[in-house]
Amino acid sequence: MSVTSLPSGLPAGAAAPLPDVLPPVRQRGRAMTFVVRHPTIVAGGALVGVMVLIAIFAPWLDTVDPTALAPAKRLRPPSEIYWFGTDMLGRDIYSRVIYGTRVSLIVGFSVAILTAVVGAFIGCVSGFIRALDAVMMRVMDGLMSIPPLLLAIALMALTRASVHNVVIAITVAEFPRVSRLVRGIVLSLREQPYVEAAIASGTRLPMIIWRHILPNTLAPLMVNATFICASAMITEAILSFIGAGTPPIIPSWGNIMAEGRALWQVKFYIVFFPAVFLSITVLAVNMLGDGLRDALDPRLAKRL
Amino acid sequence: MFAYAIRRVLATIPVMLVVALFVFSLLYIAPGDPAAIIAGDQATPADVERIRESLGLDRPYLVRFGDWLWHILHGDLGTSIFTNLPVTHMIAQRIEPTLSLMLLTIVFSIVVAIPLGVLAAWKHGTWIDRAVMVISVLGFSVPVFVFGYLLAYVFALTLDWLPVQGFTPISDGVWPFLQGLILPTVALGLIYVALLARITRATMLDVLSQDYVRTAKAKGVGQRAVLFVHALKNAAVPIITVIGNGVALLIGGAVVTESVFAIPGLGRLTVDAILRRDYPIIQGVVLLFSVTYVLVNLVVDLLYTVFDPRIRY
Repeated sequence: MSVTSLPSGLPAGAAAPLPDVLPPVRQRGRAMTFVVRHPTIVAGGALVGVMVLIAIFAPWLDTVDPTALAPAKRLRPPSEIYWFGTDMLGRDIYSRVIYGTRVSLIVGFSVAILTAVVGAFIGCVSGFIRALDAVMMRVMDGLMSIPPLLLAIALMALTRASVHNVVIAITVAEFPRVSRLVRGIVLSLREQPYVEAAIASGTRLPMIIWRHILPNTLAPLMVNATFICASAMITEAILSFIGAGTPPIIPSWGNIMAEGRALWQVKFYIVFFPAVFLSITVLAVNMLGDGLRDALDPRLAKRL
Repeated sequence: MFAYAIRRVLATIPVMLVVALFVFSLLYIAPGDPAAIIAGDQATPADVERIRESLGLDRPYLVRFGDWLWHILHGDLGTSIFTNLPVTHMIAQRIEPTLSLMLLTIVFSIVVAIPLGVLAAWKHGTWIDRAVMVISVLGFSVPVFVFGYLLAYVFALTLDWLPVQGFTPISDGVWPFLQGLILPTVALGLIYVALLARITRATMLDVLSQDYVRTAKAKGVGQRAVLFVHALKNAAVPIITVIGNGVALLIGGAVVTESVFAIPGLGRLTVDAILRRDYPIIQGVVLLFSVTYVLVNLVVDLLYTVFDPRIRY
């Protein structure tokens, strides 16, 4: 506060002469500047942070065992004891929704990281090795022409229901777009003088990719990964909702909604609460993505 | 132009081949031995082997792929494991609701989203612009089944304005048909509207800063004419590209929407097939939707030259 205080010693009310030194412009703290400049990053990030905390501390948030059956207490509407009510088997929906945060976040984050790694690898290989480029990009085109949700459904139909398989299925459905993105960046980076200089001075290819290419793909890759995280959460919920996702025993938001599907006209709260959590979480991640895009890539921010 | 069209059509062949290979592999690696299923419980291993040979299941992968592709090209998608009916027959039975829903959604979204996007660009920086952007972020964040349930709860259950669930074929009257599709269309359209409004706003912002728009304004062309004739026409190419790409979202969304509103379409067929592990059906639907998607984007690419005569290939 000392920087902002005015020079003292002048009698109050006296016609103040101009001070010799103008009071310095009030400086905001760095953190404050960041908040003002990037409100969506802060708001989205904070919400995502809350969700992460909910996922980690699920057992201590006044929850009971989300899989505990209590047939005597089935289909209770929301009340003081059962905040979100109970489902057809008497399980506490509040506890199930809180634990469901774990599934959604694990799937979202895992798919985001996996697609980024696989996409970066294929994009770099494609961008640098001409012989492989044509074939790989045709394969990516082919995979991209299968609507992502159908691709994930088809893969899930082949395997056992598990969180693990859901992550793999969504990753396969999403990574071709990331590969295309990275390849595009690599192709334009290759022409940069510093890459040419590195090639001319005999730097080996893996080193060029590691030192000159990858760091430059990081920003767009991160923005993209955020959006993929959001869409992976939705896809996981949809897969579970139509019975092709996580096994029914696991409390995921899609599963809770699937169980409420038959009863939604009379017991709307069963689908309502997981739906709200899902929407808010996805919204938070999308806001984070929008904010990151605006901050990291002003050119793109202007366009969209 | 003609040479471009030919080249563009030929370019879809490798894409289709990859799709076909993927879809074929789906059945190839699917768990369960079709020969054993057909032979039944009483069959000896020799019987199973004989059936496998008669079905040609003992041949190498690529030979079987070629054979399968030959059948597909002749309109034979195999038979359902569960109902024993031809897959093409089952798809034909279910295609009307899905096709109606998707076409209606495309029309609805274009009619809603493009004026919204134009308005947002025109009133750039005002609360209208911000409202459109908020709608678009919400559209990407609220999953189709969440929005669908919300709409059904408010407009069908609480207000009782529209039917809750089900589908009325168009042959039973146009009005009941439309009535049943209003809520599913709006639910499915949300994400598409978000996508289209966003891209319309972005391209319009670009176009509106061009010199010819300023010239048009300077010579006294009316506001509406500037927006919709001078600007929108030049923003058309990115917009129709996104309309084409967005069909992938619609296809995925339709599967879910049909589950929420109990519409007996291809989406329901797929969901039922997953629960019964009826692989030929899953295969057929994935193939049909993917080919549709590729063809839609082919048409979109060919339309470029119509909308923007400057594009020469």
